Amino acid sequence: MTTLDETAPIAAPPRPAVRINWVRLAPLFYTIGLFVLWEVGVRISGLPHTILPTPTRVFEAIVQYWSPIWKNSMQTLYTTVLGFLIAVVAGLGIGLFIGWSKTIYAGLYPIMVGFNAIPKVALVPILVIWFGIGTVPAVLTAFLISFFPIVVNVATGLATIEPETEDVLRALGAKKMDIMLKVGIPRSMPYFFGSLKVAITLAFVGSVVSETVASNSGLGNMMASAQSNFNVPLVFAGLLMLAVEGIVMYALMAWVEKRMTGWAHRSTMAN
Amino acid sequence: MASPLVSIENVDMRYGGPSGTLAVSGLNLRIGRGEFVAVVGPSGCGKSTLMKLTTGLHIPQGGSVIVANSQVTKPVSIVGMAFQNPTMLPWRTTLENILLPLEIVEKHRRRLRSHKSEYVAKAEKLLETVGLKGFGDKFPWQLSGGMQQRANLCRALIHEPELLMLDEPFGALDAFTREELWCVIRDLHASQDVTIVLVTHDLRESVFLADKVVVMSARPGRVIAEHMVPFERPRQLDLLYEPAFNEMVQKLHGEIATARAAA
Repeated sequence: MTTLDETAPIAAPPRPAVRINWVRLAPLFYTIGLFVLWEVGVRISGLPHTILPTPTRVFEAIVQYWSPIWKNSMQTLYTTVLGFLIAVVAGLGIGLFIGWSKTIYAGLYPIMVGFNAIPKVALVPILVIWFGIGTVPAVLTAFLISFFPIVVNVATGLATIEPETEDVLRALGAKKMDIMLKVGIPRSMPYFFGSLKVAITLAFVGSVVSETVASNSGLGNMMASAQSNFNVPLVFAGLLMLAVEGIVMYALMAWVEKRMTGWAHRSTMAN
Repeated sequence: MASPLVSIENVDMRYGGPSGTLAVSGLNLRIGRGEFVAVVGPSGCGKSTLMKLTTGLHIPQGGSVIVANSQVTKPVSIVGMAFQNPTMLPWRTTLENILLPLEIVEKHRRRLRSHKSEYVAKAEKLLETVGLKGFGDKFPWQLSGGMQQRANLCRALIHEPELLMLDEPFGALDAFTREELWCVIRDLHASQDVTIVLVTHDLRESVFLADKVVVMSARPGRVIAEHMVPFERPRQLDLLYEPAFNEMVQKLHGEIATARAAA
């Protein structure tokens, strides 16, 4: 091994005056690029705006119909978030219950899978019979569609405790409850928060499906009636609003996840 | 030796019902108070089963396991355990990880809240003993494998167990770290009033550390030989290069090879 002369001056790298962080700006540029492609594509092909409106036409529609769009967006956001919150509480509860013991896990899991396989749109008519059309079926559909991933993730987190950890604690006289509180629940939190990102996206699917089929308000309903009036730009305006709401809620969940379970992300990097 | 701390007599243990695998059969072992016992043997010889029987995680189908003068029918709670995998909880700091057993053991969990500082001081003292002074605030994933294993030892010792069970605790470490930790264990055993059972594949480790080396047969496991280690304490690492030491290691190696061939 050669020894380095420690007194040798190290040349300072030249610092550029302004550094553009391309990675941070990439989402913006790519989104703009998508809209530009869309605009150019529609203009060149000459598609009528009743088939595929240009983005400028869609933005025009957003400005033109801002009041109903805003009202319906808020309604959809409200039903989605409410259904999602119920799903969080119920999912966490059921997940903990299922993950508690191997027998419960084995017994309930197939039922849950079967339930999850039912397309939730098929449940909307039943919900309408029970609760009438409007907000309640939308909230419930959002709930039903989004609670499954939460349950599965929490239960999996509990069911996959390392046997060594369990042995160490059981040898000390730990009860099932101790192991759950000290290890199981903290351990399943990254799974839980991770599942929220999936769940919130699904919740939008649920509420919009229900609004489209059985409601007098919400973006789903607005788009359905715009479609029957051949107001295609308004349909696209609704889609755009849904995309925006979805991105915002997803980002919020990702942020919550990072805040709550930073240790889980850093630990995977350290190993 | 008046009454042994652990006394295993004619124990049979079968996994998975009456037709399952017989893990150990006719197992006999006595471990005296303060003794350091190493258990070696071919893989699958039921060494881990021995650990679980002694700690009360498994109850044998035949024979009896007596720990501290009482028949084992449930987890005994006077033991500390450490495995090859350090199993530190990543959401707790190293210090909080070490304090975990105190939140479980009946005797301590009532006092923990009111005597917190006393326990923290004790944990920090233990950290110092294993050479981790000042690392209590770090999260386990900020520590290297060897450091995690040191912390793991602290966790196994915090509630002052009478019996420390180590299941290949140094298996995943590099040779130099391993030797360092041998010395840590050696000093712990010398300075504290603790009985240690070390399950290992490493024969040099067993001879260097133990008072008695127990050789087990292939499945179904039973004890085929017990050797007292004649080397005087305190032992230094130089011992590893002495002919008498290597002779003993070689003898053990021969016995295990025979046991493997017999399987």
